[in-house]
Amino acid sequence: MSRIRGAFARGKAFIGFVTGGDPSVAASERFIRELIRAGADLVEIGVPFSDPIAEGEVIQRANGRALAAGVTLDALFGLVLRLRRDFDTPLVFLTYLNPVFRYGYRAFFERCRESGADGVIIPDLPYEESFEVKRAARLFGVDLISLVAPTSAERVRKIARDADGFLYIVSSMGVTGVRSEITTDVVAIASAAREVSDVPRAVGFGIGTPERAREMSAMADGVIVGSAIVRVIERRGEDAAADVYAFARKIREAIDEG
Amino acid sequence: MLENGRFGPYGGQYVPETLMNEIIGLTAAYERFRDDPAFAGELDALLSGYAGRPSRLYYAERLTAALGGAKVYLKREDLNHTGSHKINNALGQALLAKKMGKTRVIAETGAGQHGVATATAAALLGLECEIFMGREDVDRQSLNVYRMELLGAKVHAVTSGTMTLKDAVNETMREWTARTRDTHYLLGSVMGPHPFPTIVRDFQSVISREARAEIIEREGRLPAAVIACVGGGSNAIGMFYHFIPDASVRLIGCEAAGEGAGTPRNAATIANGSVGIFHGMKSYFCQDTAGQIAPVYSISAGLDYPGIGPEHAWLHDTKRAEYVPVTDAEAVEAFELLARTEGIICAIESAHAIAHASKAVPGMSRADSVIICLSGRGDKDVAAIARYRGVEVYE
Repeated sequence: MSRIRGAFARGKAFIGFVTGGDPSVAASERFIRELIRAGADLVEIGVPFSDPIAEGEVIQRANGRALAAGVTLDALFGLVLRLRRDFDTPLVFLTYLNPVFRYGYRAFFERCRESGADGVIIPDLPYEESFEVKRAARLFGVDLISLVAPTSAERVRKIARDADGFLYIVSSMGVTGVRSEITTDVVAIASAAREVSDVPRAVGFGIGTPERAREMSAMADGVIVGSAIVRVIERRGEDAAADVYAFARKIREAIDEG
Repeated sequence: MLENGRFGPYGGQYVPETLMNEIIGLTAAYERFRDDPAFAGELDALLSGYAGRPSRLYYAERLTAALGGAKVYLKREDLNHTGSHKINNALGQALLAKKMGKTRVIAETGAGQHGVATATAAALLGLECEIFMGREDVDRQSLNVYRMELLGAKVHAVTSGTMTLKDAVNETMREWTARTRDTHYLLGSVMGPHPFPTIVRDFQSVISREARAEIIEREGRLPAAVIACVGGGSNAIGMFYHFIPDASVRLIGCEAAGEGAGTPRNAATIANGSVGIFHGMKSYFCQDTAGQIAPVYSISAGLDYPGIGPEHAWLHDTKRAEYVPVTDAEAVEAFELLARTEGIICAIESAHAIAHASKAVPGMSRADSVIICLSGRGDKDVAAIARYRGVEVYE
């Protein structure tokens, strides 16, 4: 079983997100260690990009801080390598396509394998454009994670059938960020996916409170919490580790209670 | 030329999954209406009865004499309603949006020309309209902001990133992912995901359709060159399109080189860019080696964009078109030259094309002609040019 599949094997998965290098690579490493200690089953590491079009303001600002700190992809591969020495927790990059394209698809996925990154989520790479990238990812045993959205309709089955790692269900229209309500029929999307594939299904976008995490975890195999964690980091900066841990614990407990 | 939404390797549909069904639906709707004579008839009626087409092909005799070479014709898109070529595409897409049952359009704008054209088309066709404009451009083009508001549009000042056109596109895309059901993204240039580069190209190709027929009628032969400014590239592709099969006609796009193509402050994508994938398309972009999109600069808010449309990328690679850098200083001089010789105050964007022509035309035969696309009028730029010359004027 791959590390990613393993993350979903112990019950409902909690997936935490930090922007790599926000506010520094060393700080990100501490925060990721806290997320894992608090019970995250998988950690997404955002690769900072100048123009993150799928992100709301919170993660946009985190991208800005990380870029200002001079973070590079190679620095993030180094981060993954250090974490991999201590943890088996799956680590997945979230990156826009251009940095990967410029790095070179094969070189990028080869470095993923060498450093121990298990998967990659690319929000501006839809199914129809994904084949070349997916081929390169599979060549190096890295999962290219597919996303489905509230508007995917009949596309859900096609995408799920070909999904590697886990299926990322985008809960809401719009960009990342905490929302007061989620009106999408997540259950319908999750069941459509289940009809064609046994790939685990995780829900993300807009999940910022323990209550919402519990509610969403009932509808899928895992929940992804991003902006709410990044907001804790934004508030406390380099010193956010204890708060990141405390917040992640609450999410973990809420999911386990569910 | 176009296969699966690509021009050679360029183009594509690199957008979040949330938008995929929307752009697939848009492609289908566009293909249906493009071939529908009733749609074409309605659009033609708007273009002629409302926008003032066909635009004049004006023989600039005094400019020709001043340059001393090929005869210079100006394709007067500045005389269109709203003062630029942008209305051609805005009316086309607004009509398409209406036929698709959309009740709201959103759009990015740089200089404000596309925002004004979109707000105008939306007012005319009874659509709700919201425009996203970089905070810096809002400050540079405050008259256009008020103009859009007069037309009933809501203008959002975008404060992310470099606060210019690129960021306005980001924000409009974000807004579109939040609301597609009733909303069409009325993209203003030949960029973004397929089908936008094709839709916008088709709606702008009226420029070369008219110009080609008229120059043959008046000169008895094809022009030696057609020249247009290029940001994303919509007026340029419109000016080039029907001349592409005419191998003898040079197609020349003028990029904004800001303080110089060799300085850090420019927006010359073909001169300085490299291939990347951004804003839904594979094309050339100004970027660093890690693929971070570079901040760009030009005196012209409309050319201040770090990318270029995918069809231009392909025309460049296949050497069918040439792309040349023009600096702020050259554009301002050309702006003043045209005003003095012809009594035409053109957009600072269009002045980039005049500037290159004033270098190229003197070396050409007097028996030849060139057509310059005068993409817009320059009222919006007068205050900025004055400031550039150290004169304080109050708008």
